[in-house]
Amino acid sequence: MTVSRPLVGWLYISPLMLVLIPFFVLPILVVLVASVFETDGFGGLIPTFTLANYRNVLTSALTFNLYYETVKFTVLTWFFTLILGFFIAYFLVFHVRNPLLAIGLFLICTVPFWTSNIIRMISWIPLLGKEGLINSALLRIGLIHEPLTFLLYSSFAVVVAYVHQLTIFMIVPIFNSMARIDKRVVEAAVDAGASRFDIMRLIVVPLSKSGIALGSIFVASIVMGDFFVTKVMSGGSSASVVGAFYEDISVLQYPSAAASAVVLTVILLAMVSLILRTVDIRKEITQ
Amino acid sequence: MKDPTRSSNGKRGLSRRSLLKGAAAAAGAAAGSGTITGFPTIWAQEIKDIELRHVGVSYSVVKAIGDQAAKDLGFKVTMQNLDTSAAINRFITQPNSVDIADLEGWQAKLAAKRGVIQGIQAKKIKEFDNFLPIFTKGELDGKKIPRQGISPYEALYVEKPDSTELHDGVTEWLTNVPQVYNADSIGYRPDLVGHTVTAWKDLIDPKFKGKAAILDVPAIGIMDAALCFESAGLIKYGNKGNMTKKEIDFTCDKLIELKKAGQFRATWTTFDQSVQLMAAGEVVIQSMWSPAVAAVRVKQIPCTYAPVNIKDGKEGYRGWCNGMGLMKHLTGKKLDAAYEYMNWYMSGWQGAFVSRYGYYSPVPSTAKKFMTPAEYTFWYEGKPAPEPVTDPYGVPMEVAGTVRDGGSFVDRVTNISCWNTLMDESAYMNKRWNDFKVA
Repeated sequence: MTVSRPLVGWLYISPLMLVLIPFFVLPILVVLVASVFETDGFGGLIPTFTLANYRNVLTSALTFNLYYETVKFTVLTWFFTLILGFFIAYFLVFHVRNPLLAIGLFLICTVPFWTSNIIRMISWIPLLGKEGLINSALLRIGLIHEPLTFLLYSSFAVVVAYVHQLTIFMIVPIFNSMARIDKRVVEAAVDAGASRFDIMRLIVVPLSKSGIALGSIFVASIVMGDFFVTKVMSGGSSASVVGAFYEDISVLQYPSAAASAVVLTVILLAMVSLILRTVDIRKEITQ
Repeated sequence: MKDPTRSSNGKRGLSRRSLLKGAAAAAGAAAGSGTITGFPTIWAQEIKDIELRHVGVSYSVVKAIGDQAAKDLGFKVTMQNLDTSAAINRFITQPNSVDIADLEGWQAKLAAKRGVIQGIQAKKIKEFDNFLPIFTKGELDGKKIPRQGISPYEALYVEKPDSTELHDGVTEWLTNVPQVYNADSIGYRPDLVGHTVTAWKDLIDPKFKGKAAILDVPAIGIMDAALCFESAGLIKYGNKGNMTKKEIDFTCDKLIELKKAGQFRATWTTFDQSVQLMAAGEVVIQSMWSPAVAAVRVKQIPCTYAPVNIKDGKEGYRGWCNGMGLMKHLTGKKLDAAYEYMNWYMSGWQGAFVSRYGYYSPVPSTAKKFMTPAEYTFWYEGKPAPEPVTDPYGVPMEVAGTVRDGGSFVDRVTNISCWNTLMDESAYMNKRWNDFKVA
């Protein structure tokens, strides 16, 4: 029995489509439709076509402030996870000679992820609090006389929790692309008199670019789409884009929440496509 | 449950269960103890397959209560907890996934408006005449209960079973059966604050800079803030429960100013967070719920619930009340079971249970029967505890001689100055509240 080529193609992608259409495309469409409706203020949607929800979202100083806060956390988290992730991966790939040991250490990096990320986040609280371990220790050795309050319920605490949660998302893809760097290239560079810094700059970083890009996509999209860490670790003293439209939902303002969600989706898509322009992911995956 | 009295041809016999209940009822009536819970008027063999899903917030929909109800009534009761906003969204968008909706006044108003609940026939609620008139008439001892926000009385009645608008005034049909309520105020560390707090303005006193916290549920957090600002004489609100845009602006701008000055150490959204903030020494004063104060004290950390009695038209508690609403899809036996369930609720066991962590029952006369005289003295009469007080699970809470903060039940309830609500300008208020959060 012969099946026509296009049909085979469709069959190949059908499992993916079966998942994507009901669980991604349809919900997004519902959100899109809701975003141009009006609300009666009691959770009811009035089917019309209005851009007022978008106008309100896009012209509000609140939106700007929320994005400023969220992008601030995203950039800080991205920066620190990148530094940590890059050097951990570098150590595992280039300094641990025994591949078995490297895999073992790599697995150890994932140990914190055996518990829920909420528990991992909350466990910082007794450490960072006014009467927490760090403050008590510093007070006892006499380095400070008043507890440091910036440690908890602050932007600092938010970034600490995010970095702790998300560094693994940098390590994995960077480790993956570094592991594929042909060691002979590095040796050749050493023989040709390249310094460690040159090797890093001219070989390791360029060849890890796709891993860095993938890790950046993970980290940025998770932070941009999260509200819980910000809410808990800032002690409610900061807000996030998602947190704000969750509040909209709590007072049944579905259309404005939907419009905010669409705006966030568009911004994230733009961000991801910008990152993807710097690397050829397709090449990376099929290699 | 196997029922030996059921005849094999399926003809209805008198169930053993109702027989037992009947006998117990007679005995109970004779003894005047009233320890009887709902008397099933439907047959045990028909109800055993029924499952009621009671959905609502954790402090109101409690598993231990559902388990006891199931034991007493013979059908299955499942308690499901969601936070306030997830709950109202569930009731409205998936009404068929809920049987009994646990509703605050403002949620009852929304649920009625959306047509997801059905009117409850007042005369089928056995204890209805024994409900405190706070709920049924909007008064206590002839004194009108303030109606800033949405008072339980205001949200209680609809004109007809399928009305979508609340009705002002007594009718035959209810939106919900009130089941638990309380008066919220401030919790503080008496050892660190240094004086007795009786006014909301202490929360915004610069003395407690960086050591104060406020509730971050916009709809009610803003009322706590309003109580503070009114207390400090900064503004006089027309209705704290339904502010004008100008009042919202004033309140949020003031909050932003305080935040920038470093007044707030944090804001909290859940019960546990408020306990954590106080117990870990992060704050010394914050808006707080009564059982949260008790939870701090159980950890051997001194914490007092501020009595903020109304004076000169200022201060007062922020009241709230949760009641059970019947979802529209309930019919037939399931509807009968739901009525049985609500009648069981009001028959005292649940009232005594919630009283033991500081909340109140709308029918104290039945709750009293399930409490020891010492418990009732402490929790309702506001007199020194004659013996040590334990929480509903038996954990020791207070030593003998302790007096409940805020005094007697009547003292507290008559000093409620506003009720949990959703303002007409809630969308605007929410936006301004987020301005405060992000500032």
